[in-house]
Amino acid sequence: MLIIGEKLSIIAKRVREAMMRRDKGPIQEIAKAQFEKGAGMIDANIGPAEGAEDLMAWMVTTIQEVVPAPVCLDTTNYEALEQGLKVHNNEWGRPLINSTSNDPERFPILELTAKYNCDVIALTVGKGGLPADAEERTNIAVELMGRAAEYGIPMEHIYLDPLVLQAATTQDQALKVVQTIKMFQELNDPPMKTVVGLSNISNGCPKHIRHILNEHFLTLLIYEGLTAAIADPAEIITTVKTVDILMNKTLYAHSYLEM
Amino acid sequence: MAFTPPKEVNTGKVYSVTMGTGEKAVTIGGENVLPFHGFEGVVPNRPAIAFDVLDIAPVDWPDSVREIYAGVSDDPVKWAKYCVETLNAKAIALRLSGTHPDNGNRSAAEAADTVKRVLDAINVPLIILGSNHVEKDTDVLVKAAEVAKGRNCIIGKAQEANYKTIAAAAMAHDHLLIAMSELDINLSKQLNIMITQLGFNKEKIIIDPMCSALGYGLEYTYTVMERIRLAALTQNDVTMQQPIVGDVGMYVWKIKEVSASEDILPEWGALKERGIAWEAQTASALVMSGAELLIMRHPEAAAAVDAFINELM
Repeated sequence: MLIIGEKLSIIAKRVREAMMRRDKGPIQEIAKAQFEKGAGMIDANIGPAEGAEDLMAWMVTTIQEVVPAPVCLDTTNYEALEQGLKVHNNEWGRPLINSTSNDPERFPILELTAKYNCDVIALTVGKGGLPADAEERTNIAVELMGRAAEYGIPMEHIYLDPLVLQAATTQDQALKVVQTIKMFQELNDPPMKTVVGLSNISNGCPKHIRHILNEHFLTLLIYEGLTAAIADPAEIITTVKTVDILMNKTLYAHSYLEM
Repeated sequence: MAFTPPKEVNTGKVYSVTMGTGEKAVTIGGENVLPFHGFEGVVPNRPAIAFDVLDIAPVDWPDSVREIYAGVSDDPVKWAKYCVETLNAKAIALRLSGTHPDNGNRSAAEAADTVKRVLDAINVPLIILGSNHVEKDTDVLVKAAEVAKGRNCIIGKAQEANYKTIAAAAMAHDHLLIAMSELDINLSKQLNIMITQLGFNKEKIIIDPMCSALGYGLEYTYTVMERIRLAALTQNDVTMQQPIVGDVGMYVWKIKEVSASEDILPEWGALKERGIAWEAQTASALVMSGAELLIMRHPEAAAAVDAFINELM
């Protein structure tokens, strides 16, 4: 399973300050640490970045100077996205845009996806609020896939995101998301790719139980075939490796966690 | 519509490993497909056969293989030269059997001298094997690795109980290393991990999952080798992508089927052909399952396997 490192987010104070000052040091340190822990892609969440349209390009370059991996460009700012895509080094894989959805305001993202031949996260929410169950998420996914096809985007460039909700407030949604992962894959052959923002599940929970919720939830999702998770690699890597052993995807050795 | 055979495309690849130096260096591995599946990917190198040479005259080899080396087996230098010059061996495996405490207990210094003299006499790659005595091998192979510096030899065999010393010696003197475990794929992987954690380059390891002769557990060896290849290729497991060695001759030429005479067991057929066939069959099975390097004894068996490989390449 692909881990998309979540730590470079404008929500974190240290990252935000480094972004504002264009200080490469902390950004590169965090990017490298995530890569070494097992991230195959680094998320760069710069927020709406109004008036800072050059920020994503700076982030992409800064990250790829030290990490041989593609970047997940996480912003709603069209102009910033395009600047970031222009400088992205595709040698280690296609960039991933985070994200489009069934909200018409997010449709232009598909234009960029097609134009730069990159991957895109399609969040299965519309303008009308949060999806109620697996069926509603799947219906939205079908609409999104149809629209993407109109733009000429290959299905294997799309990561469907069922939108993980908080266990603390909407407990019944956790299992619905797990079911959705299975249903999404059945929408296409080869199966559609899927992604989650994992830590949403434990949002609002006490810090000491967050990682427990995250890891166990992830186990269920991987079992159903999850392709990628936006998460903290240091937190989930033992879960990912262990599930790989239990699902017979890697060969067991006593030191499997060290590999 | 014409039928298009499906192709298995793998994510992983076996490391390509070169042993020896100069014109006579031999490269094995490098394929990204199951053995001989050249129609699905690349198989850049053929499996290699090394001839088994002992540091002391063999006493327990059956006559049908011992008599071939009768004129040279009193001297490992002559023996090795005979294999290279007369039998056209592409590599030599010098087995320092005489260092075993129960088999002469020759010193590490004597063994090192033998290694040196053999290396001076041949230009093909050399595999230097201990006597498979866990403690003694650490002395013997450390000295042997030292005198063989610069020749890019294969040193073996490192096992769980002695790998640290032997791997350190191989690393210090720029040799390749055989990592041997006993018919257990998980322990084979574990040993490779532990050796690389010492700082040893994982691309300089040769896996020995332990051989066995036809009729004596060959199916275990076959399965373990096959599973190692599948992990390397389909799971892209970087700890299992080393070439595999099959130490065939040693296991074949000690079983009753290669020494029981036809007078006693006429239904088993002629003894000479039987022994050759037994070694060739065992070795052929192992190249089919994933071995890239074979250590063999009978030149006719080696020639038969070589022809078999030619057919499959």
